[in-house]
Amino acid sequence: MSYLRKVLAIVIKDVSAELRTREMVSSMLVFSLLVILIFNFAFDLRADNQRTLAPGVLWVAIAFSGMLGLSRSFIVEKDRGSIEGLLLAPMDRSAIFLGKMLGNVLFMVAIEIIILPVFVVLFNLSAGDLLPLAGIMVLGTIGFAGVGTLFSAMVVHTRAREVLLPVLLFPVVIPVMLSAVRLTAAVLDGLPMAEMQNWLSLLIAFDAIFFALSFILFDFVMEE
Amino acid sequence: MTSSDRWTAVLIAVAGLLMIAAIGLVFGVAPDPVNLESPVERFSQRIFYFHVPSWWVGFLAFTVAAAAAALYLITGKERWDVIELSSIEIGLTFITIGLITGSIWARSTWNTWWTWEPRLTTAAIGWLTYAGYLMLRGAIDHPQRRARFGAVFCLIAFLSVPINFMAIRWWRTIHPVVIGTGSPDAQGGFATGPTIRLIFLFCLLTFTLLYFALLSLRVRTEWLSRRVQQVKQQMMFR
Amino acid sequence: MIEIRGLIKAFGSRPILKGIDLDVAEGEFLTLVGPNGAGKTTLMNIIATLSQPTAGQVRVAGYDLHDDAIEVRRHIGLVSHKTLLYDDLSADQNLRFYARLYDLPRPQARIETMLRQVGLWGHQRDPVRTFSRGMQQRLAIARALLHDPPVLLLDEPDTGLDQHATARLNHLLDQATTASHTVLMTTHNLERGLAWGDRVAILAGGRIAYQARRPDLDIEALRAQYDLHVTGG
Repeated sequence: MSYLRKVLAIVIKDVSAELRTREMVSSMLVFSLLVILIFNFAFDLRADNQRTLAPGVLWVAIAFSGMLGLSRSFIVEKDRGSIEGLLLAPMDRSAIFLGKMLGNVLFMVAIEIIILPVFVVLFNLSAGDLLPLAGIMVLGTIGFAGVGTLFSAMVVHTRAREVLLPVLLFPVVIPVMLSAVRLTAAVLDGLPMAEMQNWLSLLIAFDAIFFALSFILFDFVMEE
Repeated sequence: MTSSDRWTAVLIAVAGLLMIAAIGLVFGVAPDPVNLESPVERFSQRIFYFHVPSWWVGFLAFTVAAAAAALYLITGKERWDVIELSSIEIGLTFITIGLITGSIWARSTWNTWWTWEPRLTTAAIGWLTYAGYLMLRGAIDHPQRRARFGAVFCLIAFLSVPINFMAIRWWRTIHPVVIGTGSPDAQGGFATGPTIRLIFLFCLLTFTLLYFALLSLRVRTEWLSRRVQQVKQQMMFR
Repeated sequence: MIEIRGLIKAFGSRPILKGIDLDVAEGEFLTLVGPNGAGKTTLMNIIATLSQPTAGQVRVAGYDLHDDAIEVRRHIGLVSHKTLLYDDLSADQNLRFYARLYDLPRPQARIETMLRQVGLWGHQRDPVRTFSRGMQQRLAIARALLHDPPVLLLDEPDTGLDQHATARLNHLLDQATTASHTVLMTTHNLERGLAWGDRVAILAGGRIAYQARRPDLDIEALRAQYDLHVTGG
């Protein structure tokens, strides 16, 4: 399919640009580790309460570092006018949305792959928790990156640019944060997933609804 | 004076008269609820006549704004953008009133100004979301882009509010539900009689009318201010 | 190849283009001169489908801008004062990316041809950020011509280039564009506009104020017309 090939071309382009400089992923990574460290001081994570705080710390780290990646996402397109290069290509503009969103998901997942083991070590988690945690992370990341990509494309046209992105994005993605934190807590506490069905459905529903909406609305954001 | 100006004037006059009547009814006619013991609670309960209609206007305003946003994106007509912006400004004002009146009431009944209860939390998030809308618009210079991005964000915001509420509600709630069934943990609810209900409905109607009066006024001023801008620019760029 | 009828564009309440009628025939090189802010870039962006007209009709290569935007895009190449390139990617990576977006059947061969033509073969692995302004502009031209579009839009391609680089750009355009290419170029340099174009049009006050073919026009006459429509008002 020519459409999917173009989506993939955009993903490959973003990933190879990142592989060359490694600027964004490395700052996202260091930032997320810093968040964990700062929380450690702020709440003085002692043995008796660290498990209750762990899910929140993890998701704040993911959300904050994800925000860094998202805010760069369209700035790199705007600086040399390459966004016009994308708009000039003979394809539906939704391909740009899909490509950029997939790239953002990949960058966030790359960070998560590194911070998850760090997290497991710091909070003394069992290795068996890794798989369900990874699944929750991917779902949360999709929800975050869907609207995030749309907003990222909007804020590059504003005067405040990256300052505005968290202000717009955080209130909207609160359901993602809440359900991801609850699900993560459930995994850490060893609760059966059946008890968490609510949160899982909410997370999946959010992902689906906001992905579809962002996909449709992206055209209006790209228009000049 | 155009005929739409005349309509606006009539709306404002009617809403104003009804508001005076509503204040009279609430403080003069409405009986004390039978189940509230302390005089403070009995008095502060009357805030309910203004608190709930404020929230109702907030929801109404954001719904109207979302409909206008969709219409703007479909038709591209500036009129819808003006309605969307005006409605959100009014909605934001009324939910601010709702937050403040709620807080005053909570102080006397729950003995705290604020609690992280689901409705309050959703309200706070909703307030921040729509404040973000105004910031977004303020940061864009290009007028058509400002309108387009505003509409896109307005639609996302409108959809996010109920989902936020649902997510937050799965924590325990202590907010009283006066009309309809509430959670058994709710504190501060009170019994309603026919008079209380009637006066409450009257307040609801008054606030709804007030919303439409303010909306038509705000739409008018926004439209005029854009016209002035236009004339100014035509003179500058001729 | 390009037909513009009654084109109007306003930003908010501020009109930029107030009714443009313009035709560019197949194989013709038309240069559009005008002062800054006259709407040259706006016009280019509309023809390139980057910007929606407020009113009016535009057809490129027989396709309507509004109904067949994707077909129009397939038939145009745009060189603007921005490079539309990715600084962090190499020349080769940049072109390979665009080749995928344009569904080129044999991208590698085409990329090599283009890079040789613009004199960048040998630099294909270097990141674009190490290129000089002139080299970047040559790569931008290679990018615009990659899918061999019949219509070439050049929006002030000489911005920021020194004399040597401009001469090279001229030579390159002569080479790269054949008689079958239709070219529309904007510039604020009257000499260049006259030297490169078959026909020169002056865009002023949101309208095509004047146009003439080259044999009938010398630089003095053009300057007189320009002063009349732009400066004199």
